[in-house]
Amino acid sequence: MTARIGVVTFPGSLDDRDTQRAIRLAGAEPVALWHKDKDLKQVDAVVLPGGFSYGDYLRAGAISRFSPVMGTVIEQAKAGLPVLGICNGFQVLTEAHLLPGAMLGNDHLHFICRDQKLRVENAETAWTADYSEGQEIFIPLKNMDGRYVADEYTLDKLEAEGRVAFRYLDVNPNGSLRDIAGITNEAGNVVGLMPHPEHATEPLIGTGRTDGLPFFTSILKKLVTA
Amino acid sequence: MARVVVDVMLKPEILDPQGQAVQRALPRLGFEGISDVRQGKRFELEVDGPVDEAALARIHDLAESFLANTVIEDFTVKVESDDVVAGAAK
Repeated sequence: MTARIGVVTFPGSLDDRDTQRAIRLAGAEPVALWHKDKDLKQVDAVVLPGGFSYGDYLRAGAISRFSPVMGTVIEQAKAGLPVLGICNGFQVLTEAHLLPGAMLGNDHLHFICRDQKLRVENAETAWTADYSEGQEIFIPLKNMDGRYVADEYTLDKLEAEGRVAFRYLDVNPNGSLRDIAGITNEAGNVVGLMPHPEHATEPLIGTGRTDGLPFFTSILKKLVTA
Repeated sequence: MARVVVDVMLKPEILDPQGQAVQRALPRLGFEGISDVRQGKRFELEVDGPVDEAALARIHDLAESFLANTVIEDFTVKVESDDVVAGAAK
Protein backbone atom coordinates (compact mmCIF):
# COMPACT_ATOMS: atom_id res chain seq x y z
CA MET A 1 0.00 0.00 0.00
CA THR A 2 1.30 3.41 -0.82
CA ALA A 3 0.29 6.87 0.30
CA ARG A 4 -2.13 9.05 -1.63
CA ILE A 5 -1.02 12.66 -1.85
CA GLY A 6 -3.43 15.29 -3.15
CA VAL A 7 -2.31 18.19 -5.34
CA VAL A 8 -4.71 21.11 -5.56
CA THR A 9 -5.25 22.86 -8.87
CA PHE A 10 -6.45 26.46 -8.58
CA PRO A 11 -7.19 28.64 -11.61
CA GLY A 12 -3.69 29.88 -12.39
CA SER A 13 -1.74 27.03 -10.78
CA LEU A 14 1.35 26.22 -12.84
CA ASP A 15 3.25 23.48 -11.09
CA ASP A 16 0.48 21.03 -10.22
CA ARG A 17 1.58 18.56 -12.91
CA ASP A 18 5.26 18.73 -11.94
CA THR A 19 4.25 18.17 -8.33
CA GLN A 20 2.18 15.14 -9.27
CA ARG A 21 5.15 13.81 -11.19
CA ALA A 22 7.50 14.36 -8.22
CA ILE A 23 5.08 12.49 -5.97
CA ARG A 24 5.00 9.59 -8.42
CA LEU A 25 8.81 9.55 -8.66
CA ALA A 26 9.00 9.29 -4.89
CA GLY A 27 6.76 6.22 -5.03
CA ALA A 28 3.47 7.69 -3.80
CA GLU A 29 0.21 8.09 -5.66
CA PRO A 30 -0.70 11.64 -6.72
CA VAL A 31 -4.38 12.57 -6.55
CA ALA A 32 -5.64 15.64 -8.42
CA LEU A 33 -7.80 17.92 -6.27
CA TRP A 34 -9.90 20.75 -7.68
CA HIS A 35 -10.24 24.15 -6.01
CA LYS A 36 -14.04 24.07 -6.22
CA ASP A 37 -14.26 20.69 -4.52
CA LYS A 38 -14.62 20.53 -0.78
CA ASP A 39 -13.86 16.83 -0.97
CA LEU A 40 -10.22 15.86 -0.43
CA LYS A 41 -10.86 12.32 -1.73
CA GLN A 42 -9.48 10.84 1.48
CA VAL A 43 -5.87 11.71 0.65
CA ASP A 44 -3.18 11.25 3.30
CA ALA A 45 -1.49 14.59 2.62
CA VAL A 46 -1.95 17.68 0.43
CA VAL A 47 0.42 19.82 -1.63
CA LEU A 48 -0.54 23.36 -2.65
CA PRO A 49 1.55 23.95 -5.79
CA GLY A 50 3.21 27.00 -7.28
CA GLY A 51 1.74 29.37 -9.82
CA PHE A 52 -0.33 32.52 -9.86
CA SER A 53 -3.69 31.41 -8.54
CA TYR A 54 -6.42 33.94 -9.30
CA GLY A 55 -3.76 36.06 -11.01
CA ASP A 56 -2.34 37.05 -7.61
CA TYR A 57 -5.21 39.55 -7.50
CA LEU A 58 -5.67 41.43 -4.23
CA ARG A 59 -2.62 39.69 -2.70
CA ALA A 60 -0.90 36.47 -3.73
CA GLY A 61 -2.96 33.61 -2.29
CA ALA A 62 -5.64 35.88 -0.83
CA ILE A 63 -8.49 34.69 -3.02
CA SER A 64 -7.45 31.03 -3.17
CA ARG A 65 -7.44 30.95 0.58
CA PHE A 66 -11.25 31.26 0.48
CA SER A 67 -11.81 28.57 -2.17
CA PRO A 68 -14.01 25.60 -1.21
CA VAL A 69 -11.08 23.16 -1.13
CA MET A 70 -9.15 25.37 1.29
CA GLY A 71 -12.00 25.28 3.79
CA THR A 72 -11.42 21.54 4.15
CA VAL A 73 -7.63 21.81 3.93
CA ILE A 74 -7.54 24.38 6.75
CA GLU A 75 -9.83 22.31 8.95
CA GLN A 76 -7.88 19.09 8.40
CA ALA A 77 -4.44 20.72 8.63
CA LYS A 78 -5.38 21.92 12.10
CA ALA A 79 -6.26 18.30 12.91
CA GLY A 80 -2.85 17.08 11.70
CA LEU A 81 -3.15 16.49 7.94
CA PRO A 82 0.30 17.03 6.40
CA VAL A 83 0.23 20.02 4.03
CA LEU A 84 3.10 21.39 1.94
CA GLY A 85 2.83 24.79 0.26
CA ILE A 86 5.33 25.56 -2.48
CA CYS A 87 5.72 29.15 -3.71
CA ASN A 88 2.13 30.26 -4.35
CA GLY A 89 1.12 27.43 -2.02
CA PHE A 90 3.26 29.02 0.70
CA GLN A 91 1.50 32.32 0.04
CA VAL A 92 -1.88 30.59 0.38
CA LEU A 93 -0.79 29.04 3.70
CA THR A 94 0.22 32.41 5.16
CA GLU A 95 -2.99 34.03 3.92
CA ALA A 96 -4.92 31.18 5.54
CA HIS A 97 -2.96 31.81 8.76
CA LEU A 98 -1.87 28.18 8.89
CA LEU A 99 1.64 29.64 8.91
CA PRO A 100 2.57 32.97 10.52
CA GLY A 101 3.82 36.03 8.66
CA ALA A 102 3.08 37.14 5.11
CA MET A 103 4.60 37.25 1.65
CA LEU A 104 5.27 40.53 -0.17
CA GLY A 105 6.79 41.56 -3.50
CA ASN A 106 10.52 40.96 -3.92
CA ASP A 107 12.42 43.95 -2.53
CA HIS A 108 14.09 44.57 -5.93
CA LEU A 109 10.67 44.57 -7.70
CA HIS A 110 11.75 42.04 -10.35
CA PHE A 111 10.61 38.52 -11.02
CA ILE A 112 13.41 36.16 -10.08
CA CYS A 113 14.31 32.76 -11.53
CA ARG A 114 17.51 31.09 -10.39
CA ASP A 115 18.98 27.97 -8.87
CA GLN A 116 19.12 28.72 -5.19
CA LYS A 117 21.20 27.27 -2.40
CA LEU A 118 19.33 26.61 0.84
CA ARG A 119 20.19 25.25 4.23
CA VAL A 120 17.80 22.79 5.83
CA GLU A 121 17.30 24.12 9.35
CA ASN A 122 14.66 21.70 10.56
CA ALA A 123 14.83 18.04 9.48
CA GLU A 124 12.07 16.89 11.78
CA THR A 125 8.93 18.03 9.98
CA ALA A 126 6.65 15.70 8.05
CA TRP A 127 8.16 17.00 4.82
CA THR A 128 11.86 17.26 5.71
CA ALA A 129 12.70 14.10 7.67
CA ASP A 130 14.77 12.66 4.80
CA TYR A 131 17.16 15.61 5.01
CA SER A 132 19.68 16.11 7.76
CA GLU A 133 19.81 19.30 9.78
CA GLY A 134 22.30 21.73 8.30
CA GLN A 135 22.26 20.02 4.90
CA GLU A 136 22.80 22.35 1.96
CA ILE A 137 20.56 21.83 -1.04
CA PHE A 138 20.25 23.44 -4.44
CA ILE A 139 16.78 23.88 -5.92
CA PRO A 140 15.10 26.31 -8.34
CA LEU A 141 13.46 29.51 -7.13
CA LYS A 142 11.07 31.52 -9.29
CA ASN A 143 8.77 34.13 -7.88
CA MET A 144 7.51 37.69 -7.82
CA ASP A 145 6.18 37.86 -4.25
CA GLY A 146 8.83 35.99 -2.30
CA ARG A 147 9.69 38.42 0.49
CA TYR A 148 8.84 36.74 3.77
CA VAL A 149 7.90 39.21 6.50
CA ALA A 150 6.68 38.90 10.07
CA ASP A 151 7.00 41.09 13.14
CA GLU A 152 10.08 40.79 15.34
CA TYR A 153 8.21 38.89 18.01
CA THR A 154 7.04 36.25 15.52
CA LEU A 155 10.51 35.97 13.95
CA ASP A 156 12.13 35.48 17.36
CA LYS A 157 9.52 32.90 18.25
CA LEU A 158 10.05 31.00 14.98
CA GLU A 159 13.81 30.95 15.57
CA ALA A 160 13.49 29.91 19.20
CA GLU A 161 11.13 27.07 18.36
CA GLY A 162 13.21 25.83 15.44
CA ARG A 163 10.42 26.61 13.02
CA VAL A 164 12.57 28.23 10.36
CA ALA A 165 12.72 25.17 8.12
CA PHE A 166 14.88 26.57 5.29
CA ARG A 167 17.17 29.55 4.94
CA TYR A 168 18.63 31.14 1.80
CA LEU A 169 22.39 30.74 1.51
CA ASP A 170 24.93 32.94 -0.33
CA VAL A 171 22.34 35.50 -1.48
CA ASN A 172 19.02 36.64 -0.15
CA PRO A 173 17.09 36.65 -3.43
CA ASN A 174 14.01 38.63 -2.41
CA GLY A 175 14.57 40.55 0.81
CA SER A 176 13.03 37.90 3.08
CA LEU A 177 13.60 38.76 6.72
CA ARG A 178 16.39 36.74 8.36
CA ASP A 179 16.96 34.95 5.02
CA ILE A 180 13.90 32.79 5.65
CA ALA A 181 13.01 30.56 2.68
CA GLY A 182 10.52 28.30 4.45
CA ILE A 183 8.85 27.70 7.78
CA THR A 184 6.83 25.07 9.59
CA ASN A 185 3.92 25.21 11.98
CA GLU A 186 4.32 24.15 15.58
CA ALA A 187 3.24 20.55 14.97
CA GLY A 188 5.50 20.12 11.93
CA ASN A 189 2.70 18.92 9.64
CA VAL A 190 2.32 22.20 7.73
CA VAL A 191 5.39 23.43 5.84
CA GLY A 192 5.70 26.25 3.33
CA LEU A 193 8.64 27.41 1.26
CA MET A 194 9.27 29.69 -1.69
CA PRO A 195 11.71 27.57 -3.78
CA HIS A 196 10.50 24.61 -5.83
CA PRO A 197 11.60 21.13 -4.73
CA GLU A 198 9.30 19.52 -7.33
CA HIS A 199 11.51 20.97 -10.10
CA ALA A 200 14.59 19.22 -8.70
CA THR A 201 13.57 15.59 -8.65
CA GLU A 202 15.20 14.23 -11.81
CA PRO A 203 18.81 14.63 -12.96
CA LEU A 204 17.72 15.48 -16.49
CA ILE A 205 15.91 18.72 -15.63
CA GLY A 206 16.20 21.69 -13.33
CA THR A 207 19.46 21.93 -11.44
CA GLY A 208 20.61 18.54 -12.69
CA ARG A 209 20.36 17.30 -9.15
CA THR A 210 17.58 15.65 -7.20
CA ASP A 211 17.83 17.76 -4.07
CA GLY A 212 14.07 18.29 -3.98
CA LEU A 213 13.08 14.64 -3.97
CA PRO A 214 13.47 14.11 -0.18
CA PHE A 215 10.40 16.32 0.42
CA PHE A 216 8.30 13.66 -1.23
CA THR A 217 10.14 10.61 0.14
CA SER A 218 9.95 12.15 3.63
CA ILE A 219 6.19 12.36 3.56
CA LEU A 220 5.84 8.95 1.95
CA LYS A 221 7.90 7.27 4.68
CA LYS A 222 5.99 9.07 7.37
CA LEU A 223 2.64 8.03 5.96
CA VAL A 224 3.56 4.44 5.20
CA THR A 225 5.16 3.78 8.56
CA ALA A 226 2.46 5.66 10.47
CA MET B 1 -27.06 53.67 -2.62
CA ALA B 2 -24.01 54.67 -0.69
CA ARG B 3 -20.35 54.29 -1.30
CA VAL B 4 -18.07 52.97 1.36
CA VAL B 5 -14.35 53.37 0.86
CA VAL B 6 -11.81 51.00 2.35
CA ASP B 7 -8.22 52.24 2.26
CA VAL B 8 -5.50 49.68 2.82
CA MET B 9 -1.91 50.67 3.58
CA LEU B 10 1.17 48.64 4.40
CA LYS B 11 2.03 49.03 8.07
CA PRO B 12 4.64 51.74 8.66
CA GLU B 13 7.36 49.25 9.57
CA ILE B 14 6.91 47.21 6.36
CA LEU B 15 9.28 48.08 3.52
CA ASP B 16 7.44 49.43 0.46
CA PRO B 17 9.79 49.14 -2.54
CA GLN B 18 7.08 50.30 -4.96
CA GLY B 19 6.60 53.52 -3.02
CA GLN B 20 10.37 53.98 -2.92
CA ALA B 21 10.62 53.53 -6.68
CA VAL B 22 7.94 56.20 -7.17
CA GLN B 23 9.70 58.52 -4.75
CA ARG B 24 13.03 58.11 -6.53
CA ALA B 25 11.44 59.01 -9.86
CA LEU B 26 10.06 62.31 -8.58
CA PRO B 27 13.17 64.53 -8.84
CA ARG B 28 13.61 63.38 -12.44
CA LEU B 29 10.11 64.68 -13.16
CA GLY B 30 10.86 67.99 -11.55
CA PHE B 31 9.07 67.30 -8.25
CA GLU B 32 11.35 68.27 -5.42
CA GLY B 33 10.81 68.17 -1.71
CA ILE B 34 8.94 64.88 -1.39
CA SER B 35 10.90 62.75 1.01
CA ASP B 36 8.79 59.60 1.12
CA VAL B 37 6.04 57.87 -0.86
CA ARG B 38 4.04 54.88 0.28
CA GLN B 39 1.61 53.14 -2.02
CA GLY B 40 -1.64 51.59 -0.88
CA LYS B 41 -4.94 50.25 -2.18
CA ARG B 42 -8.36 51.86 -2.26
CA PHE B 43 -11.56 49.83 -2.53
CA GLU B 44 -14.84 51.54 -3.39
CA LEU B 45 -17.81 49.47 -2.31
CA GLU B 46 -21.26 50.38 -3.67
CA VAL B 47 -23.62 49.26 -0.98
CA ASP B 48 -27.26 48.34 -1.65
CA GLY B 49 -29.56 49.55 1.06
CA PRO B 50 -28.77 51.68 4.06
CA VAL B 51 -25.26 51.99 5.40
CA ASP B 52 -26.19 51.55 9.03
CA GLU B 53 -24.19 50.26 11.96
CA ALA B 54 -24.79 46.65 10.95
CA ALA B 55 -23.70 47.22 7.36
CA LEU B 56 -20.57 49.03 8.47
CA ALA B 57 -19.75 46.27 10.91
CA ARG B 58 -20.01 43.73 8.10
CA ILE B 59 -17.77 45.82 5.85
CA HIS B 60 -15.29 46.14 8.69
CA ASP B 61 -15.20 42.34 8.98
CA LEU B 62 -14.77 42.04 5.22
CA ALA B 63 -11.87 44.50 5.27
CA GLU B 64 -10.23 42.78 8.20
CA SER B 65 -10.52 39.24 6.87
CA PHE B 66 -10.14 39.74 3.13
CA LEU B 67 -9.39 43.20 1.69
CA ALA B 68 -6.48 43.69 4.07
CA ASN B 69 -4.03 41.20 5.51
CA THR B 70 -3.66 42.62 9.00
CA VAL B 71 -0.33 40.85 9.44
CA ILE B 72 1.19 43.46 7.11
CA GLU B 73 -1.53 46.05 6.43
CA ASP B 74 -3.71 48.60 8.22
CA PHE B 75 -7.08 49.68 6.89
CA THR B 76 -9.70 52.38 7.35
CA VAL B 77 -13.41 52.26 6.49
CA LYS B 78 -15.12 55.51 5.43
CA VAL B 79 -18.63 56.26 4.21
CA GLU B 80 -18.27 58.52 1.22
CA SER B 81 -21.66 59.52 -0.22
CA ASP B 82 -24.08 61.92 1.41
CA ASP B 83 -27.25 59.87 1.32
CA VAL B 84 -26.36 57.99 4.43
CA VAL B 85 -28.71 57.00 7.19
CA ALA B 86 -28.24 59.48 10.01
CA GLY B 87 -25.92 58.28 12.69
CA ALA B 88 -24.29 55.58 10.63
CA ALA B 89 -21.23 57.52 9.55
CA LYS B 90 -18.59 57.50 12.18
